[in-house]
Amino acid sequence: MSVLILLIVVSICIAGGFLFAFLWSSGDGQFDDIYSPAQRVLFEDTIESQEITKD
Amino acid sequence: MQLERFQYDNKIPRLFAIATVFWGAVGMLLGVVIAFQLVFPALNFDLSFLTYGRVRPVHTNAVIFAFVGNGIFTAIYYAIPRLLKASMWSSLLSKIHFWGWQLIIVLAAVTLLFGYTTGKEYAELEWPIDILITLIWVIFGINMFGTIFTRRERHLYVALWFFIASWVTVAMLHIVNSFEMPVNLLKSYSWYAGVQDALVQWWYGHNAVAFFLTTPYLGLMYYFLPKAADRPVYSYRLSIVHFWSLIFIYIWAGPHHLLYTALPDWAQSLGTVFSIMLILPSWGGMLNGLFTLRGAWDKVREDPVLKFFVVAVTCYGMSTFEGPMLSLKNVNAISHYSDWTVAHVHIGALGWNGFLTFGMMYWLIPKMYNTQLFSKKLASMHFWIGTLGIILYAIPMYWSAFRAYFMMKAFTPEGQLQYQFIDIVQTVVPFYFLRALGGTIFLVGVFVMIYNLIKTAKQGQFIEAETAEAAPLPKAFTVPKSYMWHGVIERKPILLLTLSLVMVAIGGIVELIPTFLVKSNVPTISAVKPYTPLELQGRDIYIREGCYNCHSQMIRPFRYEVVRYGDYSKSGEFVYDHPFQWGSKRTGPDLARVGGKYPDSWHFNHMLDPASVSPGTNMPRYPWLFDNVLDVSTTGSKIHAMRKMGVPYAESLESTGNEILQKQAEGIAENLKKDKIEIAADREIIALIAYLQKLGKDTRTSASK
Repeated sequence: MSVLILLIVVSICIAGGFLFAFLWSSGDGQFDDIYSPAQRVLFEDTIESQEITKD
Repeated sequence: MQLERFQYDNKIPRLFAIATVFWGAVGMLLGVVIAFQLVFPALNFDLSFLTYGRVRPVHTNAVIFAFVGNGIFTAIYYAIPRLLKASMWSSLLSKIHFWGWQLIIVLAAVTLLFGYTTGKEYAELEWPIDILITLIWVIFGINMFGTIFTRRERHLYVALWFFIASWVTVAMLHIVNSFEMPVNLLKSYSWYAGVQDALVQWWYGHNAVAFFLTTPYLGLMYYFLPKAADRPVYSYRLSIVHFWSLIFIYIWAGPHHLLYTALPDWAQSLGTVFSIMLILPSWGGMLNGLFTLRGAWDKVREDPVLKFFVVAVTCYGMSTFEGPMLSLKNVNAISHYSDWTVAHVHIGALGWNGFLTFGMMYWLIPKMYNTQLFSKKLASMHFWIGTLGIILYAIPMYWSAFRAYFMMKAFTPEGQLQYQFIDIVQTVVPFYFLRALGGTIFLVGVFVMIYNLIKTAKQGQFIEAETAEAAPLPKAFTVPKSYMWHGVIERKPILLLTLSLVMVAIGGIVELIPTFLVKSNVPTISAVKPYTPLELQGRDIYIREGCYNCHSQMIRPFRYEVVRYGDYSKSGEFVYDHPFQWGSKRTGPDLARVGGKYPDSWHFNHMLDPASVSPGTNMPRYPWLFDNVLDVSTTGSKIHAMRKMGVPYAESLESTGNEILQKQAEGIAENLKKDKIEIAADREIIALIAYLQKLGKDTRTSASK
């Protein structure tokens, strides 16, 4: 079952990568605001849509 | 700050959308075909490339990698630029990605139908295609990360997190599991053997479900569901929490596909524990999706897009409740090898992936063509047809699984097995018929959708690109602590370097570790001998014909299995099995100890016409094995490849292999002659018989000694 070692190493690499990504993202302020991102995705920012909303 | 103008391209998402629908229809059509084949074996038409064992992998690969794969890319190429306020990094890479992926699909379909397969479920493609997949995946990654690093929106929306995690993990899974030793351009052996191969394969297999069918589609859900409902996600905090916990836990759940097998117990338990934990993050996603519609349920009544999304998310909730339950050992004892698993995956595939894709199409196509959906009525009809199809598919499968289980374990008062395997087959075949009807109904719905989408496209005007405006990200910004790393990677050339470095590093780790591991400490049983040259060739025919799609080679330690198939399987029996052939579904009986159970002539007649020795069977006929002359030119290179992976073949067997092969083949032909069967010794069927007679024989003879 030595291949378990490989799988554990690879899995820990992935998990560690995710941990790193999480630490980076929370340090970067990705999760500081948990209200507006959910709203922002709904906005259309294309020129056409902006012109429509202006009218 | 100066506003910048840029374009959201619609051409690539449209191409991917067309491919999604097209391959979806093809993949599901193949599914319907094989479903009917299990009821009417005559539908195999005695043609090798139309036989169940070869078509089923094309069905699974088409649905997973062609239908869902293109669905993922449609969503990504549409959503990413809009979420990041940037054009895709390179339109050339986008094009290479699209056409490369379609090329892979076509190559996959052709090679699998012609029997070029590695014999590992959901990873059947041969090594040149595996390399092509890796290349295209890297190109896709560069394009995605390039866009991320040139974004005008600092914040990464949760959908992006799902896309990023999917990309990274799929890359790693694919590379680790595809590690194989080439014999020639179209044939290779898995680097791992037996138990190890099984573990790697299901580590991959389960995470293919996780990171190909689930996380990218959660990303899709987090973009398209709020958009279609025009409501923000119920809880952004929940989306973050469930994302990080989901990706962390998923990686460890693979061994639940190997409960009660020869895999060491502690590994099985580990898989079970993580699988049960999975219910929390999974349901976090489901609830977040459903609650997004709070206060919008009146829209669900009107809008077919939301109807599809609601049922998709509900199906996700059902399968992710069922999954952890199936990972309990006592439940798994019933479900493993049974139709229950098939029902489970189809709730996921038809409900979650299918309906989410359909909902996305009904929303996306009108938007890209600047028009309304041609017919809401037809879309609603599709919704009901599809739902009915799922129900009609799943319920017969659940029912047949339990019928089969209770028959399988029934003993007479005298302690004999009450039912033969064929009795069970005949009991479940009517359920298979209902299942095939369910699948057909679902497919009809897809064609209704295609008609509706084409009509929609025709009445509208395709918008090739949409112009948007946004300010660029400030170059200098204050980031605590992580500034160094982040500051460096934000410049493009370094990004490329980093990415390629990561790829190389992965390759290096993967290449080195197994090399050290494989030869060391393989649990061996001295009686277990490597396959003879003829048996090896026969095994490759077994793999080529996809026998593992219906037959397992792994006897679990239950009374009803041991009495039916022989002593339970041990890990040491599979040390020369590159790849393992344990299978995951018993449409036919287990074959781990079929060797010596029947005379050669029985196998001969059985492969020629299964119904002649086993009336009422749904196994197809294999007449071409009796005409095809065995290709012995590969014997030497196959033995050489096996030896390289540590199989202890006698020295110079590469050159003498074919003499030994000839001798054994003639012996079998002699044997058949005694039973009044005339066949030349050079036919493929002889090799297959040799292999089947070898199965489980080594340990049996040693036990009788």
